[in-house]
Amino acid sequence: MKNNITFLIFSALALVACEPEFDKSVDDAGFYSAGEADFSNYIALGNSLTAGYADDALYLQGQENSYPNIMAMQFAHAGGGDFVQPLVDDNTGGLLAGGTKIAEPRMILAFEGENPSPVILDREPTTDITNHIGEPVNNMGVPGAKIYHLVAEGYGNISGVGTTANPYFVRFASSAETSVIADAAAQDPTFFSLWIGNNDILSYATSGGVGEDRTGNTNLQEYGSNDITDPNVFAAVYKQMLDALTANGAKGAVANIPDVTSIPFFTTVPYAPVPLGEAEAAQLNQGYAEYNQGVMLLAGFGLVSQEEAERRQISFQTGQNPVVIIDEDLTPLSNPRTGEEIPSLRQTTPEDLIVLRASSFIGTTVGDDPQQVNGVSVPLDDQWVLTPEEQELVSNAQTQYNATIKALAGEYELAFIDAQAMMQQVADGGIPFDGGVLTSVYATGKAFSLDGVHPTAKGYAMVANAFIDAINDRYQATVPGINPGAYPDVFVK
Amino acid sequence: MKRTYISVMAVLITACAYAGGYRVALQGQKQLAMGHTGVAVINSAESVFFNPGGISFLEKKVTISAGVSPVISNIHLQNSRYGWSEKADNPVATPFNVYAAVKINDWMSAGIAVYTPYGSGVEYPKDWEGSHLINNIELQSIYIQPTVSFRINDKLSIGGGPILAIGSANFNRNIDRTTTNAEGERANVTIDDSGVTAWGYSLGLAFRATDDLTLGVSYKSEMKMKAKDGKAEFRNLPSTALGDFDNTTFNATLPLPAELAVGASYTIDEKWMVAFDYNRVYWDAYESLDVFFSNGQESHNPRNYKNSSVYRFGLQYIASERFTLRGGYYYDESPVQPGYFAPETPRNDSNNFTGGLTVNISERFAIDAAFLYIHFDEVDATYDHYQENGQNVPFGGTYKNNAFVPSIGVSYAF
Repeated sequence: MKNNITFLIFSALALVACEPEFDKSVDDAGFYSAGEADFSNYIALGNSLTAGYADDALYLQGQENSYPNIMAMQFAHAGGGDFVQPLVDDNTGGLLAGGTKIAEPRMILAFEGENPSPVILDREPTTDITNHIGEPVNNMGVPGAKIYHLVAEGYGNISGVGTTANPYFVRFASSAETSVIADAAAQDPTFFSLWIGNNDILSYATSGGVGEDRTGNTNLQEYGSNDITDPNVFAAVYKQMLDALTANGAKGAVANIPDVTSIPFFTTVPYAPVPLGEAEAAQLNQGYAEYNQGVMLLAGFGLVSQEEAERRQISFQTGQNPVVIIDEDLTPLSNPRTGEEIPSLRQTTPEDLIVLRASSFIGTTVGDDPQQVNGVSVPLDDQWVLTPEEQELVSNAQTQYNATIKALAGEYELAFIDAQAMMQQVADGGIPFDGGVLTSVYATGKAFSLDGVHPTAKGYAMVANAFIDAINDRYQATVPGINPGAYPDVFVK
Repeated sequence: MKRTYISVMAVLITACAYAGGYRVALQGQKQLAMGHTGVAVINSAESVFFNPGGISFLEKKVTISAGVSPVISNIHLQNSRYGWSEKADNPVATPFNVYAAVKINDWMSAGIAVYTPYGSGVEYPKDWEGSHLINNIELQSIYIQPTVSFRINDKLSIGGGPILAIGSANFNRNIDRTTTNAEGERANVTIDDSGVTAWGYSLGLAFRATDDLTLGVSYKSEMKMKAKDGKAEFRNLPSTALGDFDNTTFNATLPLPAELAVGASYTIDEKWMVAFDYNRVYWDAYESLDVFFSNGQESHNPRNYKNSSVYRFGLQYIASERFTLRGGYYYDESPVQPGYFAPETPRNDSNNFTGGLTVNISERFAIDAAFLYIHFDEVDATYDHYQENGQNVPFGGTYKNNAFVPSIGVSYAF
């Protein structure tokens, strides 16, 4: 009995005496400071980047590692509140609408053949957009959204999916009529982040410039999905959103638009990706001889400049060769005798950007005909290549968007994140982390996911740190950063 | 009833690292109460462990001691740069000890000792920030040491015996910081082996310089616990990796280092005795934890421990026929060098405070109780030798640990 009592006394002593305490615990209020900011109700607005989209899909792990979610986790050290995300149902990605698949699962790196290659995960999506989240969400990033979509009423109307509405917004829109900005303002945020405008140039760029540059056209009814948004529209909508978000005195952070040329989607496929032997090259040259001569002949008549005619000469050599493309910016030509149209062909140069998707298209044959090789004997359509003329349209718009963002950040006294400079650094040698360097090299660079456009979780962690740094700087806060090395990058099947 | 109790405890054994490295210095309630001194204290059957040379100086014909020491240990770790904090939820470990010594004749005694000198039980939250180094570990060892002791003359006695060590290990960590399967579950590996045995020895010498002053020295040899064809279970690997990892086994060696103890005890008067011990633990045997998997994969985890010292001080006061009180203190140097502070045994130098008492229920039977409080100073430390792409990736933060060990035992002598 005595034995037992002694034992109990010791046990009780042990339990009360044992918990060690830090002199200063990171979990104590006051260890980190929010400075002038108030993180108690943080709302994130933006597009796929804000949603945590990666590997060409929205999936659970991507959402958990979205930069707003990471930021909210760190804000929690400095008075931040709950952060609700419109979580999807699985780690597969992809969407259903009433049971019908409307978005594919995520991409994953497969080691099935000789070389690792990205494939779509062979599982079925389970997230159905007819299942509404049912509560207001803090992460209001909508994949695919352009700037004007965030103020568009009905953008979450399920009956408009495929035309005027967005399936991702359908999942958490408060009503069929509402807009993203209206739902955001209704939550009365104390703090917001806004990273929008990427798609206003990116969808044009990733589609190889098949859309139109709408600069000067403010009539949104005429805009197609692959068009470049007018910079004045951009500025007006941006200001409208900041007015709505800051109406109740909320503080916030805004980020500018990175160069499209800094992402692996445009830098992975080389301009000269076609290996040829001597005989193949000779045969191809023979095939293009008539075109080459025709163009030179027309230059002699002054129908096309000598310089352009030379640029249009198709020539293959033994070794790596540029692809043949249709370039709509070349002078339209036809045979003066027959009236027959002469195609606008030229070969790619280092200034052309071939899209990532083309890597699995160039070299394939048309109808199994070995004489009909895409990119070689069969010219590539506009959608596969972003030409220098198209790049200029993109960068003109981007320059104006970024000037607007910078100016409005100043006007509204917001934290400003130079995402353009950061992504440029990733592309130019990389940003070091504790287990290597994040670069824009496809797959192995660890910064970009397999779609070549969206960051990996490591990349998003780096983005979150950039936001936190800028916010700390602007509002004299001391929110801790996070370690990108602790976040995943490319997933292997 | 008592027998049942002890055998239940024996089944439940899990030893916990609380001293330098994974040494668990809880080898007797009387001596623990005196700062775990004892190489020159001839008090009870605990001497079979503390100094096998001393048991032939025991006065009683038969002495038996047995006890158990539940360890409640706490590890708190925080990283202020990234703002995270974690607590290890360590299972309560129960090192035990059973000793018996029998006087065969005037000049020879025999003894047996069963004890758990090394072990570890640490459990972090699954997939925590340091999960690429450890999720959980459970190391156990039982030493079985038959002993003989010879009394050379009235002043000098020597002794020793072989030690059979039986060990088991179970260790889980994530294979790196990021790999998951398609469901997003972190890839991890568990290595598990039990019934690993090794042989060593213990030697001791006790010298009664005067009636009041006793000197002692003892030595336990190093033992290398070699796990061979243990089970290695990989979970949540990407499916294209599965083929190489089915039915994997592993080989690994964990050294249980040699330990030298020298000390003195001085009987001041009928009531008071003091004891000093110095221990040297030859931790430099623990250079690296290298795991060799049957699929050809290898995991090298440099430890680079250094030899360490423990300075012990103990005091005994015989208050009455019924009560004996004890107290002690020891300073335990960590064998862990800067940059090798791994979260599986996050031990810096510690200050240790002990106390306890014996209640003599009868002439033959006594209850021994002791407690130990281990205080570690808050320390900023990292483990720098985890690698990604050939680059060292440090892991760490601020550690604040402690442990509390109540210990209870019984002695029987006639």
